[in-house]
Amino acid sequence: MSTPLVEMKNIEKHFGSVIALAGVSLEVHPGECHCLLGDNGAGKSTFIKTMSGVHKPTKGEIYFEGQPMNFERPRDAINAGIATVYQDLAMIPLMSVSRNFFMGNEPTKRIGPVTVFDHEQANDVTMAEMKKMGINLRGPDQAVGTLSGGERQTVAIARAVYFGAKVLILDEPTSALGVRQTSNVLATVDRVRKKGIAVVFITHNVRHAMAVGDRFTVLNRGKTLGTAKRGEITPDELQDLMAGGQELATLEGSLGGTV
Amino acid sequence: MTDGSNPNDADERVLARSRFREALIRPELGGIAGIILVFIFFLLTARDSGMFGPAGVMNWSIVSAQFAIIAVGACLLMIAGEFDLSVGSMIGFAGISIAILSVHLGWPMWMAIIATFIICVALGGVNGWLVIKTGLPSFIVTLAFLYILRGLTIFAAIATTRKTIIGGVREQAEGDWLASLFGGKVLTGVFQWMGDAGWIETFSRGTREGQPVVDGIPMLIVWAIALVIFGHFLLTRTKFGNWIFASGGDAQSARYTGVPVNRVKILMFMFTAFCATVFATCQVMEFGSAGADRGLLKEFEAIISVVIGGALLTGGYGSVIGAALGALIFGVVQQGLFFAGVESSLFRVFLGVILLLAVILNTYIRRMITGEK
Ligand SMILES: Nc1ncnc2c1ncn2[C@@H]1O[C@H](COP(=O)(O)OP(=O)(O)O)[C@@H](O)[C@H]1O
Ligand SMILES: [Mg+2]
Repeated sequence: MSTPLVEMKNIEKHFGSVIALAGVSLEVHPGECHCLLGDNGAGKSTFIKTMSGVHKPTKGEIYFEGQPMNFERPRDAINAGIATVYQDLAMIPLMSVSRNFFMGNEPTKRIGPVTVFDHEQANDVTMAEMKKMGINLRGPDQAVGTLSGGERQTVAIARAVYFGAKVLILDEPTSALGVRQTSNVLATVDRVRKKGIAVVFITHNVRHAMAVGDRFTVLNRGKTLGTAKRGEITPDELQDLMAGGQELATLEGSLGGTV
Repeated sequence: MTDGSNPNDADERVLARSRFREALIRPELGGIAGIILVFIFFLLTARDSGMFGPAGVMNWSIVSAQFAIIAVGACLLMIAGEFDLSVGSMIGFAGISIAILSVHLGWPMWMAIIATFIICVALGGVNGWLVIKTGLPSFIVTLAFLYILRGLTIFAAIATTRKTIIGGVREQAEGDWLASLFGGKVLTGVFQWMGDAGWIETFSRGTREGQPVVDGIPMLIVWAIALVIFGHFLLTRTKFGNWIFASGGDAQSARYTGVPVNRVKILMFMFTAFCATVFATCQVMEFGSAGADRGLLKEFEAIISVVIGGALLTGGYGSVIGAALGALIFGVVQQGLFFAGVESSLFRVFLGVILLLAVILNTYIRRMITGEK
C-alpha cells in the first residue's frame, strides 16, 4: 500500500499518574475510513486529540505524509489538513449556517478602503455545499439551531472538506443521533471518503462502524487490541473485542498478522 | 442508507414557517415594537407639552444619545459573551482624569483627553485580560473594578483638589481643537438659517434674541450616531463581527475553528471602555466640570438598553441597531414622563417592567431560532 497519510506509532499519553494511552499505533490512508472503536474511557478521544494537536503525546511518533510531525496547537493540525469534528462542539446554534460555515475562514472583499465580510460569496458557497450534502436550507441565513443533530454534523463535515481537509476526524458523530440522522451522517462519511479524504471515525457502535469502515482498530484501556480489515472480522467478533478482549485468543486467527 | 429520507420532506417542513413569523425573528423586534408604543403613548399624553417641538426633540435626543454611546460598547461586549459592570465607574474616572490633568496639572486639554483615552482603554484591556486569564465570570471581575475605579476616582479627586467636583474645565477647553470634537455643535449655520426662515422658533428676548431655540446638533449626538454606525457595520459586515458572534455563541467551538476568542473579548472590553470615555468627555465638556460620582448606575442602563434591543444576556446574539433603539426608548420615556408631568420616580418602575418584558420576549425569540422547547 502507499505511504499512509497519517501514521501514529506507539503513542503514549499520561495525565499525571493516569495512563490514558499505553502505546497505540494506527495508520490512515487516503480514501479510507478507519474506525476507532472502544468502550467509554478507552482513550479514543485522547488518542485523536494527539492527532489534532490538542494534546502532545508523552511518547511516540506521528508522521504526516511520511514526515515527522509535531503539532503545538490545534491550528497547526488544521493548517496541515487535519480537521476534527467534535460531537457537541461542531456548530454555534444561534448563528446562521453560512456564518458557521465560514467561522474562522471568512471570505472578504474590499469596498474602497475597508475590507468586509463577503456575505454573498459565503451564502452562495454555503447553499451549494449544503445541496451537495443533501441538505436543503430555507436560506443561508437559517440558524444552525433549527437543524437536526445529524444535519449539524453534516454541515461541520462539509465545512472541513470545503476547507481542504486531507484527514477528517469524527469523534462519536453518531452517538447522540436517531436512526435516520445517523444514516445521513454515515452517508456523508461515505461521500467524503470517495473524494479521497482519509476518515478517522470514532464510535462505540459496531453497526455504525461496519456500515462505513474499511479498517477497524479497537482500543481497550489505552491499548490497541488489533486492527482488522473489512471482511476479516464479523460484527460479533468486533463486539467481543470491545467488550474487553477476553475473546482475543480465539480471534487471533481472524485478525491475521495485523495485531 | 435506506431510511427512506426524501430531501424534499425537509424542504417542505422548513417552508411551512410563515413569512410573518420569519420577519418577527430578529433581535430588533422588541426595540421596534417598544419605540412605536412609546411614541404613540407620548403623542397621546404629551403632545401639547412641547415634547415634539424642536427644543423638546433635542432634549430627548441628547438623553437618548448618551444612553446610545455606552450601549454600543455594552452591546458588542455582551454579544461577545461578556459584561462590564465598571462602565459607570469608568465614566466618573475618565471625567476626573481629564479634569485633574487639564485643570490641576495644567496640561493642554487635547493632551489630557488623549491621555485619559489611553489610560481608560488600557484599563478596559486589564479588565478583559483578567477575565480571560482567571477564567472567572466577567460579572465578578468587573464588579470588583466597579468599586476599585470609583474608590480611586474619589481618592484622586480629593487628594489633588480636596473636592469631589472639579470645575474650570470649560475655561481650560476654550479654543482647544480636540475638546470641540466632544463639546461643540455642528450644523449651527443650518439651524440659524432655519431660524431666520421661521422654520424653527427663535428666542424673542434676552441675550440670545434672534437665535434659534435649537442652534445646532451637539457633538454628543454625532458621536452616538457614528458609534452606532461603526458598531453595526463591524458586527454585521466584517470578519471580526463574525468572530464576535462566534466568541459569545460558544467560545470553545470558536476556538476549535481558529477564531482568536481571547483577542476578540479583550478588544471588546477595550471598546466598551472607549465608549465610556467618549461619554465622560462629552459630559465634562457640556457641564464644564467633572464629578467623582458621575456615571452612577450607567452600566445597568447600558445593559438594559442592550437587552431591550434584543441581545441575549448569554451572548452570541444581538444587534447594535436594537441597542440604539433601546437607548432611544430610554431617552424618550425618561424625558417624556417629565414633559407629561408624571412623577419621575415612576421612570424606574417603567424600567423594571420593560426590562422584564424584553427578557421574556428575547427568550421566546431565542427558542424560535434554536428550535429548543
Ligand atoms: N485531560 C485529562 N486529564 C486527566 N485524565 C484524562 C484527561 N483526558 C482523558 N483522561 C482520562 O483518560 C482516559 C481516556 O479518556 P477518553 O480518551 O476521553 O476516552 P474515550 O473517548 O474513549 O471515552 C479516561 O480514563 C479519562 O479519565
Ligand atoms: Mg470520547
